[in-house]
Amino acid sequence: MTTSLELPADPVAAGETGVAAPVAIEVSHLTKVFGAPARRGLGRGRSDTGGGKPPAVADVSFTVAKGEFFVIMGLSGSGKSTLLRMLNKLVEPTSGTLTIDGRDVSRLRDGELRELRNKKINMVFQHFALFPHRTVRDNAAYALRLRGVNQNEAAQRADEALKTVGLEGWGDSLPGELSGGMRQRVGLARALASGADILLMDEPFSALDPLIRRDMQDLLLQLQRDHQRTVVFVTHDLNEAMRLGDRIMVMRNGKVVQLGTGAEILSMPADDYVADFVSDVDRSRVLTAGTIMRQPLVTARLDERPEQVLDRIGAAEGLGAYVLDEDGRILGVLSNDRLADAVHQRSTSLADHLTDQYASVPDSAPLVDLCSLVGRHSVPLAVTDDAGRLVGVVPRAALLAAIANTEEAPRA
Amino acid sequence: MPEIDIGTPVANAVDWLTENFEPLFDAIHAVMEFFTNVVLYLLTAPAPFVVIAVFTALAFWARKWGFAAFTLLAFLLVDAMGLWIAAMQSLAIVLVATVLAVAVSIPVGVWAARSDRASSVVRPVLDFMQTLPVFVYLIPAVFFFGIGAVPAGVATLVFAIAPGVRLTELGIRTVDAETVEAAHAFGAKPWQILREVQLPLAMPSIMAGVNQVLMLALSMVVIAGMVGAGGLGAEVMRGISNLDVGTGFQGGVAVVILAIFLDRLTSAFAAKKRRRKRRAPAGPTATTTPGTAAQPERDLAAV
Ligand SMILES: Nc1ncnc2c1ncn2[C@@H]1O[C@H](COP(=O)(O)OP(=O)(O)O)[C@@H](O)[C@H]1O
Ligand SMILES: [Mg+2]
Repeated sequence: MTTSLELPADPVAAGETGVAAPVAIEVSHLTKVFGAPARRGLGRGRSDTGGGKPPAVADVSFTVAKGEFFVIMGLSGSGKSTLLRMLNKLVEPTSGTLTIDGRDVSRLRDGELRELRNKKINMVFQHFALFPHRTVRDNAAYALRLRGVNQNEAAQRADEALKTVGLEGWGDSLPGELSGGMRQRVGLARALASGADILLMDEPFSALDPLIRRDMQDLLLQLQRDHQRTVVFVTHDLNEAMRLGDRIMVMRNGKVVQLGTGAEILSMPADDYVADFVSDVDRSRVLTAGTIMRQPLVTARLDERPEQVLDRIGAAEGLGAYVLDEDGRILGVLSNDRLADAVHQRSTSLADHLTDQYASVPDSAPLVDLCSLVGRHSVPLAVTDDAGRLVGVVPRAALLAAIANTEEAPRA
Repeated sequence: MPEIDIGTPVANAVDWLTENFEPLFDAIHAVMEFFTNVVLYLLTAPAPFVVIAVFTALAFWARKWGFAAFTLLAFLLVDAMGLWIAAMQSLAIVLVATVLAVAVSIPVGVWAARSDRASSVVRPVLDFMQTLPVFVYLIPAVFFFGIGAVPAGVATLVFAIAPGVRLTELGIRTVDAETVEAAHAFGAKPWQILREVQLPLAMPSIMAGVNQVLMLALSMVVIAGMVGAGGLGAEVMRGISNLDVGTGFQGGVAVVILAIFLDRLTSAFAAKKRRRKRRAPAGPTATTTPGTAAQPERDLAAV
């Protein structure tokens, strides 16, 4: 087994976002076989016996950039929790290497590992795992108290964290007096108060009602906007994964089957397993105009003659054309009827015949926002980039196809 | 069929132990005797009415009027039957044996909870100690410690210790695994986790164990009379040997009174301990900080 303190040259399976952002977590060939002679670690209730079992996590490699929201997804039993727990060594890897901020974690001594867990990398649990005999404030202050911060300061920082998660004034209550959603807010506050910049979250919202789950997702997104932490988030809910994740890693039987952005996974599932997952997703909220748009059939410049444009539209069997300026921004629309009139009147200028009979959306608009706009005009819905340039169009048929199934046009 | 004699080797072993470990047994004897005498002195030096008043106050504090009234009347009855001193002698042995049993069983239970191997060693030993007929180890106890309160106390301790160990182990093993994981995940040291998370959360189970230890110890009171420990056991024994139903019955009633008193008292304390942690809610309405997208009120409404 090679160990390197340097960042390795090949960003393993970094997905298509080959960004140069600094790496927070680097996992390489990590494997866990329960029952194999582990180096050290914490049993998780179940006993580590029974040799010859298939690995719970098999040869997994990935990197997480600083500030990235990285989602691990898969059915129950696919090894997500085991993988997540290897990141803070609650589960000792059988083989493979793990570096956090460039430090090889397997080389840390006990004290250093505890310090890493206390200050650098915190965890939020599926069933909250609060200390039921301690007040909400003491729960939130737990990491601080462990590292010897004095009582007053710890309480003050805990209260701040509680305020951030919307639990101001609940510090003196016991966890048992709170609802599920509020308890998980305490779980979140416990991780926030410690100031750790890596959060490990093991299905943190899956024990909550759907409405509250959505609130919690909003809260998490809000927290990420205010202070971007590195998050590794486990879920079996693809909608949640799509909503939160910058990138999603799909696991099955301990192996990685696909790693990419939500849109990539949705539009190009690697195999039937992923496709099965994807079929449950509310595609209209996850896919964006940019992912399903097509090349416009016909565009025109203002200095063209009506007959030319009409010919091109005719050849393409279109119903109209967008007229663009030199930068590609939309000036207006020419419908076939208007063009025919112009030709009839022997007009030479397109400008007189332009209409504003069109609608446009930014390429990041989710499909659900497109439904009411598409098909209202003779030209298909325009998709524009940040600078307002026309980058594609969404015909009604493309929208319906995208919402209905996975067969759709590749990116324009 | 060859005859196998395991009695002789055991007898030899007991002889050997008696000879070679005499200083150890003497030390145990001295300690037990000292504690038993101290407790007995505390119970019998004041007038019975004073002690009864203290018991009644404890009962009132633990459970309010009903239990206090029972305690008052029951111990007045014990005194009126002329069994006060005997009852206090038995109580002293029971208390000392229980305290020592608990002092041993909690560390052993913790050890068994933390290691499967330890658990697999401890378990059969406990089964053996608990199921072996009491009279059988009363004999070596007499060999080691002579007759009197000390062998009775030691036999009581050995007989009563099992549930203390078992329920400590069970309590610690059934602390929510995720909660213990959370303590690890925030960088706590193993002993911090034991002291601040596992033991407090196992406390209801441990207290149930203490209660059972106490009840088993009480069940030894009569047998303790057979090794000259005095107390209520001696009363009952006297009733049996004289075929005096009345005397035996009075002794039995006094044992039952002690048992009910101790049982209700300790189970009330266990419950109190739990309740104290559950003070009234602090009660501010949830506040939504500007800038947090979601509202805790909705969580509240949903419960
Ligand atoms: N402590 C353990 N001892 C033995 N097997 C385990 C242990 N923890 C997990 N496993 C096994 O590893 C596999 C992956 O489990 P897990 O990581 O919990 O999956 P997930 O979180 O995706 O549901 C499962 O087959 C599970 O039974
Ligand atoms: Mg899991």
